[in-house]
Amino acid sequence: MNNLVKGEKHDWEMVIGLEIHAQVKSNSKLFSSSSTKFGSLPNSQVSLVDAAMPGMLPVINKYCVEQAVKTGVGLNAKINNYSVFDRKNYFYADLPQGYQISQYKYPIVGEGKVTIDFKDGTSKDIRIVRLHLEQDAGKSLHDQNPSKTYVDLNRSGVALMEIVSEPDIRTPDEAGMYISKIRSILMYLDTCDGNMQEGSLRADVNISVRKPGEEYGTRCEIKNLNSIKFIKQAINYEAKRQIEILESGGSIEQNTMLFNTSTGKTRPMRNKEEAHDYRYFPDPDLLPLEISEEEIGKIKSSIPELPDELKNRFIETYKLSNYDASVLTAEKQTSDYFNETINSDSELKNHAKIVVNWITSELFSLLNKNNLDLNNSPVSPENLGQLIKLISTNEISGKIAKDVLEDMFSSGKTARQIVDEKGLQQVTDQDEIAKVIDEVIAENPKMVEQYLAGKDKLLGFFVGQAMKLTKGKANPKILNDILKSKLK
Amino acid sequence: MSKSSLKQTLKDLDTKKISIRELNQDYLKRIKEKENLNVFIHFSEENVLKQVDNLEKDNSTKKLKGIPIAIKDLFCTKSMPTTAASKILENFNPTYESFVTQKLLDEGSIFVGKTNLDEFAMGSATNTSFFGNTINPLSKDNKPLAPGGSSGGSAAAVAADLCLGATGTDTGGSIRQPASFCGVVGIKPTYGLCSRWGIAAFASSLDQAGIFSHNVEDASILLQSIAGFDQRDSTSAKVDIPNYFEKLDDDLNGKTVGIPKEYSIDGTPMEINQIWEDAIKVLEKKGVKIKNISLPHTKYALPTYYIIAPAEASSNLARYDGVKYGFRSDEINSLDDMYENTRAQGFGREVKRRILIGTYVLSAGYYDAYYLKAQKVRKLIANDFNEAFKECDFIVTPTAPSAAFPLNEKQNDPIKMYLNDVFTVPASLAGLPGISIPFGKDKNNLPLGIQILGKHFDEQQVFNAAISLERSYE
Repeated sequence: MNNLVKGEKHDWEMVIGLEIHAQVKSNSKLFSSSSTKFGSLPNSQVSLVDAAMPGMLPVINKYCVEQAVKTGVGLNAKINNYSVFDRKNYFYADLPQGYQISQYKYPIVGEGKVTIDFKDGTSKDIRIVRLHLEQDAGKSLHDQNPSKTYVDLNRSGVALMEIVSEPDIRTPDEAGMYISKIRSILMYLDTCDGNMQEGSLRADVNISVRKPGEEYGTRCEIKNLNSIKFIKQAINYEAKRQIEILESGGSIEQNTMLFNTSTGKTRPMRNKEEAHDYRYFPDPDLLPLEISEEEIGKIKSSIPELPDELKNRFIETYKLSNYDASVLTAEKQTSDYFNETINSDSELKNHAKIVVNWITSELFSLLNKNNLDLNNSPVSPENLGQLIKLISTNEISGKIAKDVLEDMFSSGKTARQIVDEKGLQQVTDQDEIAKVIDEVIAENPKMVEQYLAGKDKLLGFFVGQAMKLTKGKANPKILNDILKSKLK
Repeated sequence: MSKSSLKQTLKDLDTKKISIRELNQDYLKRIKEKENLNVFIHFSEENVLKQVDNLEKDNSTKKLKGIPIAIKDLFCTKSMPTTAASKILENFNPTYESFVTQKLLDEGSIFVGKTNLDEFAMGSATNTSFFGNTINPLSKDNKPLAPGGSSGGSAAAVAADLCLGATGTDTGGSIRQPASFCGVVGIKPTYGLCSRWGIAAFASSLDQAGIFSHNVEDASILLQSIAGFDQRDSTSAKVDIPNYFEKLDDDLNGKTVGIPKEYSIDGTPMEINQIWEDAIKVLEKKGVKIKNISLPHTKYALPTYYIIAPAEASSNLARYDGVKYGFRSDEINSLDDMYENTRAQGFGREVKRRILIGTYVLSAGYYDAYYLKAQKVRKLIANDFNEAFKECDFIVTPTAPSAAFPLNEKQNDPIKMYLNDVFTVPASLAGLPGISIPFGKDKNNLPLGIQILGKHFDEQQVFNAAISLERSYE
């Protein structure tokens, strides 16, 4: 696979690493009991601790720690028995303490890896450097008043997991696949809701370019991207920008960049000299976090089947391709739907590939058209299973099944109901089909002549005519066979 | 009227020899007479009488019912403003009650007012307060003396008999040194014994609440009242709190006292070395074994403290930014302006000095040389004590290197001022309990304190040694 970008003068390779900030799924904040509910009235979920009142102290929320450990296990990572919360000191209006409680030297989770799967059946490991817990800041609202900034502290103190990758990513697509994979794992684990629009999952992208085989170049960091589309756009723009500078003889300044979603361009926010000195030091209000092997074991045993395990099981049990299985397991709701569908009738296990196709192409395209997702699909897994069973037992043809599915989708009826009501059962009676074929042959003597003279392509014409007469219900295989024998 | 003890007053209230109202009116009268000492940042007669009214209607038995207590103005209180002696919190009214003051309220005590302190507890003379100096009640002939600090207001309140006890906080000596200067008892318990919840933070790993009182018995009663585990403070200890008072025992026969040679420092006034020797002699007479011990890293304690405490303070005080509460400068053209002007105008010189020191020692390139090294030395100092306590039950030293000094003497020499903490800081770094009791006078008839240090959570031994010395001195 060629991952290189063409410059004016030569080819360049992108080197990309991601820092993903995932909001921990938890009812209360990392160090206080305030609610984490999204979209509440400004400053309605702020405790004395969140507002950094004098004398207030943080107390660790054990549930958030468990969620981080769970995530670490899901990322195939080392769980550290000993980790430390540090203070990251800087001033900002929506940072009430004047510091963020984070983990610096001793994160709760160490090295791990995740695998991304390509369409061509190959896959690649992206290494994880670490995962640490930290507090989110509040929000500065600049658009409420022309001369004032308001501060909403509802988000202040909400738990985040920062997941840092090695610079193992080489293309914007890989970056997208990587963040999708992380999102998928977090959602399987139920440790993050994965909602990128609400900011539950966002990423900082570190990117540099180099000539293939050379040392890493100077990198820039693009801050706070909250969609896969923006991540890819930002990487493409930033790589192009860096290549242009390098090819015209310039050098890259190590900057922190912001991405403008309306122009699709990056612009510098601050340079290396302006970089903050965060003066990290261990938070004296908190004891080091100690987790025993026993506790880790307990958390491990509570972990559900994860996408990669599930993928391998699907490949093995249902003889699916790596790619099909990875599409099926990319989102928990898809694999759940598949599981329920295939388990709704014992017959279906032998038709797994058909089940996959009906979910990932027919059902998905209907859902897309109607702006729905699988969780609120009008067609239940059982009903889809019933439909597929009707196809696999030759009761209806695949072509008719598509119409039936559309009907199921809009009417909410079951496949069986629709097929019965409309009389859509496939015609498999040989005599009945032969009668129709005779009719078609009798009505088209010229065509028959041409066909017999060698114009084989006309077979389709006769099939079409016969299908028309049976309203599409004739079993195509039987129809074909009889037609061929009659036209000898 | 001679000073009445807490213990005696509780008896008098119990036997109805005096009513809660009479008792508090007596204290109110004295508080008003002694206004010139500038002991209180906040005092309201009306508020005191309101508390008396409420207690009169309350029929339940409470351990400290009606007892007038003064509160260092670093403890957040619902009924009174809390300033930390800083302009930056000048009009701050907490909506919450600190753990320690809530315990005292639950016991039925009456808060007479919020006492003066060094701004954010940073100082050794109660002269960095935005609300002016407190004057040591023992001052004579128009020569005002410093009460020590930072809890100088609380020490002075007890010394001037404006209350039967007072709360303080001790980060590097802020209870023990002013107790010594004012001739009262002051105990800083083990780090973690009293919750820090609701105390404006100075240096979180060192800050510890404690008590000032007229005598050791009273201190033992009051400490029990404010101690205890609090799940809102992660550094609070899960230990049983004994009834210190009931278990007081002045029989030290068979115990061993450690005398650290490193606390003999050149330049310590003779009288101080004299009372130290006196104390040792008294203990020897009581059958205590005298053991010369070594705490070899003592000389590094002061520099270590003056790295760690400012480092933590620089971060703890970042929340005072003018955004959410407290003082905000009027001169604002940008967010940075707001920070700079608010903090430049809101903090005093000593606080700014320590924020600067703390910011410096934590900054990139200096962290390892200062903060990290200081943390390592702190471990060595703590280890010195651990080793020493294998050979002795408690340690006796002087509390401070001088008696109370004139009010503005060391105002412009921070180093000299910091040297006041030389005997108190090591135990703070090790998190150990320490008490200062009056044990002699200097040539000007000013009180001098003896410090007793104990093992972690062995406050009982500290009290026992203290009451033994106290009884022999009386």
